[in-house]
Amino acid sequence: MILLLQYTLIFASVLMLVALGGCFSEHSGVINIGLEGVMVMGALGGALVMKALPSGTSAIVIILLVVLAAIVLGAIYSLLLAVAAIHFQADQTLVGTAMNLLGTAAATVFVKAMNTAEDVNNVSSTIQYVEPKKAFLVYIGSFEFNWFMLLALIALLISYFVLYKTRFGLRLQACGEHPQAAASVGISVYKMRYAGVLISGVLGGLGGIVYITAGVSEWKFENGVAGFGFLALAVMIFGQWKPHRIALSALLFGLFRALANVYTGFSFLAALNLPSNLYNMLPYIICLIVLAFTSKNSRAPKAEGIPYDKSQR
Amino acid sequence: MEQPYAIEMLHITKRFPGIIANDDITLQLKKGEIHALLGENGAGKSTLMSVLFGMYQPEEGIIKKDGQQVDIKDPNHANALGIGMVHQHFKLVECFSVLDNIILGVEPTTRGGVLQKAQAREKVVALSDKYGLKVDPDALIEDITVGMQQRTEIMKMLYRENEILIFDEPTAVLTPQEIDELMEIMRNLAAEGKSILFISHKLNEIMSVADRCTVLRKGKCIGTVNIADTSREELSRMMVGRDVEFVVQKEEAKPGDVILDVSDLTVASKAHSNNAVKDVSFQVRAGEIVCIAGIDGNGQTELIYGLTGLEPAKSGTVRLKGTDITHAPIRQRSTMGMSHIPEDRHKHGLVLDYSLEDNLVLQRYFEPQFVSKAGFLKRGAIREYALRLIEEYDVRSGQGPITTARSMSGGNQQKAIIAREIDKEPDLLVAVQPTRGLDVGAIEFIHKQIVATRDAGKGVLLVSLELDEVMSLSDRILVMYEGEIVGELDPKKTTVEELGLYMAGARREEKRA
Repeated sequence: MILLLQYTLIFASVLMLVALGGCFSEHSGVINIGLEGVMVMGALGGALVMKALPSGTSAIVIILLVVLAAIVLGAIYSLLLAVAAIHFQADQTLVGTAMNLLGTAAATVFVKAMNTAEDVNNVSSTIQYVEPKKAFLVYIGSFEFNWFMLLALIALLISYFVLYKTRFGLRLQACGEHPQAAASVGISVYKMRYAGVLISGVLGGLGGIVYITAGVSEWKFENGVAGFGFLALAVMIFGQWKPHRIALSALLFGLFRALANVYTGFSFLAALNLPSNLYNMLPYIICLIVLAFTSKNSRAPKAEGIPYDKSQR
Repeated sequence: MEQPYAIEMLHITKRFPGIIANDDITLQLKKGEIHALLGENGAGKSTLMSVLFGMYQPEEGIIKKDGQQVDIKDPNHANALGIGMVHQHFKLVECFSVLDNIILGVEPTTRGGVLQKAQAREKVVALSDKYGLKVDPDALIEDITVGMQQRTEIMKMLYRENEILIFDEPTAVLTPQEIDELMEIMRNLAAEGKSILFISHKLNEIMSVADRCTVLRKGKCIGTVNIADTSREELSRMMVGRDVEFVVQKEEAKPGDVILDVSDLTVASKAHSNNAVKDVSFQVRAGEIVCIAGIDGNGQTELIYGLTGLEPAKSGTVRLKGTDITHAPIRQRSTMGMSHIPEDRHKHGLVLDYSLEDNLVLQRYFEPQFVSKAGFLKRGAIREYALRLIEEYDVRSGQGPITTARSMSGGNQQKAIIAREIDKEPDLLVAVQPTRGLDVGAIEFIHKQIVATRDAGKGVLLVSLELDEVMSLSDRILVMYEGEIVGELDPKKTTVEELGLYMAGARREEKRA
C-alpha cells in the first residue's frame, strides 16, 4: 500500500510538472506538442550530470546540479519551438512533432557515441546512476520520500499563484486568449509567448529527469520517455488548463501508472492473473477514454496554435 | 490662451497604392463636444481614424493635440496621449472578468508584480457610478450582453483617464434600447469634459447626439456642419453626393411569373445575438431586376446567405418557381436554376488555386457532358467549354484555360464568375455587389450582362451598396435597414436623396403591403 502511494506520488509529480509546463505554454497561445522531446532532453541533462559527478559528492550539490542541468537543457531545447513558432510563425504541431522525433533520436545517438567511446564493446544507449540517485531519496519509515515530490508541490503552488495572482499571469493568459486585445493595451505578445514556452521547457525538462529516476536506476534512451509527454498533455487537458485541477488529474493518472509497478503486491489483483502488459497499458487506455468523454467540454485557450501576426487586426 | 480644440487633424492626406484614401482632410475636435464623422463605406473614415490612432502615418498633414503638434507613431503612443478607441470588434478577453479586462496592461501591482485588484475595483465602481455605466466588475465577459461588453470597453478608456474617445460605429451591434443607453452615456461623458469622435453612417443617431458633423465622401472632406443648423436631408445629400450619374441603357421591364418568393425569412447573425434578417418577405418576377439597397451590414449578406443556402434560415420559407427550397442543399438550388454571384469572390466564388477552366465547371462538372459514367472528367469537353466562355465573356488571363485563378486580376476573376453563372441559363440570378472594386470598363460590361439576363426573361436579385448602381440598374428597389425591408421604391420616381434617407433609417414605410 505504501509502495502504491509512493509510486503514485512520484509519477503524479512527473505528470504534474510537465502538464504545468504545457499549461504555461498554452496559456501564452503556443501548443507545445514537443513536451515529450523536452522531457528527453531534460532527462539526458540530468543523467549526464549524475554520471559525471565524482562519487562522494554531497547530496545537496547533486540535487542542485542535476535539477539545474535538466532545467537548462529543457529550456534551451524548447527555444526551438519558440523561435520557429513565434518568430517564424511555423505550424506549432509540426514543430512539436519534429522536436519529439529529434529529442529521442539525438539523445540515443549521443549516449551511444559516448558509451562506445568509453568502451568499444558497449553499444547500448543506457546511462546508469545507481549511486547518485540515492541523493534524492529520504526514507520515512518504509516510505521512500523523493525530494522531487516536494519540488512538484512547490511548482504547483507557484504556478497557481503566478497564473492567477500576478500581472505576468494575467498578461500571459490574455495573449493565449485574444492576442490582439493584449497588443491593443500595449502588451508584447511575442515576449509573453517566449516566456510561456521557456517556462514549459523548464518544467518539462525537470519532469524528464524525475521520470527517469522514478523507480529505476538506469535509463535506456532509445525508449524516450514512453509517451509521458503526451500523457502530461492529456493531464493538462483533463485538468482544464487549471493548476489545481491538473494536480488532481495528475494524481489520477499517476495512480494508474503506479499500479503497473506494484499490482503484484495486491493479492486480489495478482489473483486475477492478468498479463503485466495490461497494467502497463492502463494509463494510456484511461487517457483515451477520459479524453473521449471530456474533451468535448474542454475549454482551451482560444488563440492557442494560431501564430500571432502583428499586422492582422 | 485656452485652446478650444482637443485634437486637430489638419490637411491629412493618406495614399494607398492606386487610391487616395484621405485627400486633404481637416477635422477639428472641440473639447467637450460630440463630433460625428459621417460617410459611406469606403469614404475614408476608418483610414482617418487609423491615422489618428497611430496605425498609419499620413503622407501629408499634421495632427495637433491641445495646440501642440504631435507625431503619433503607434496605438500605444496614442493611448499615452489620452486617445482611446472603442473598436468595432471589441478587444476583450472573453474568459476574463470585466475588471481584469479593464486593468489589463495598466495593472496596479506591488513591486513584485502581484496584482492589487482592490483599489482598481474601487476606481471602476466609482467611475461606473459617475457615468452611469452600470458595469459589474466581477462578471465574465462571455456571460454579459454585447451592450455591457461595449460599456466595458468604454470603462477601459475611462480607467486610463483618456480625454479623447473614439467610437467606431458603436451602434452596429446594439439593440435599440442599448443604443439609447449608449447615447445617454455619450452625453454624460461629453458633459464631464471628454471629447468624443463618433463614427457612423446612421443619420438618426448623429442628429440626436452629435454637436457637429464632418462629412467625408470618396476620401474627400465635404464639410463640417453644426447639427443644430442642418437637417437629415442635407446630411444625406452631403454623404451620398449627387454627381456622377451612371446611366445604364435598358428597356422597360416586362415582369412575368414569380420566380423567387420569400416569406417571413429570418436569419441569425454570426456577429451578435440579434437576428440579422428579420421576417423579410418579397418576390422577384421573371424579367425584372430587383435591387436590395442599404448600407453595408444591415442584413443583406445574411439574407443572401439564407437564400443561397450558405447559412440556414431560422424561420420562414423560400420558394423557387413554386418549390420550397428553404432547406434544400446548395447543389439542388443550383441545378434548379439559381445562380449566385457571391459577395466575396475569393471565399465563395472561386477556388483560387484551381485553373480557370476547372473554376468554370465548378457547378457543372457532374453533368454527363463533362464526366464519363465511370467518374472520369472529360478534360477535352471541359477545355472546349472553357474556351467558349472565355471568348464570349472576354475573360482575359495569362495562359487561357489553364491559368490559376489566383493570378488573374479582380475584374477578370469576376468576369469568369459571371460567365459561369450566367451561362448556366438560370431562372434566377442572385448578384451581390457584382461590380465591387472594379474599374469602369468592367462595371459597364457586367451591367450589360445583367440587363441582358433580365431581357432573356430571367429574374435578377441584385444587392448593391453603390447608390448609382442601384438607381440605374434596378427596376424595383427594396431598402434594407437593420435586417428589415423598410421601403420599396421605384427608381424612376424616387431620388438619391430619398433613397439615402431610407438607407440611413431616417424614413420608413409603416407596414409595407
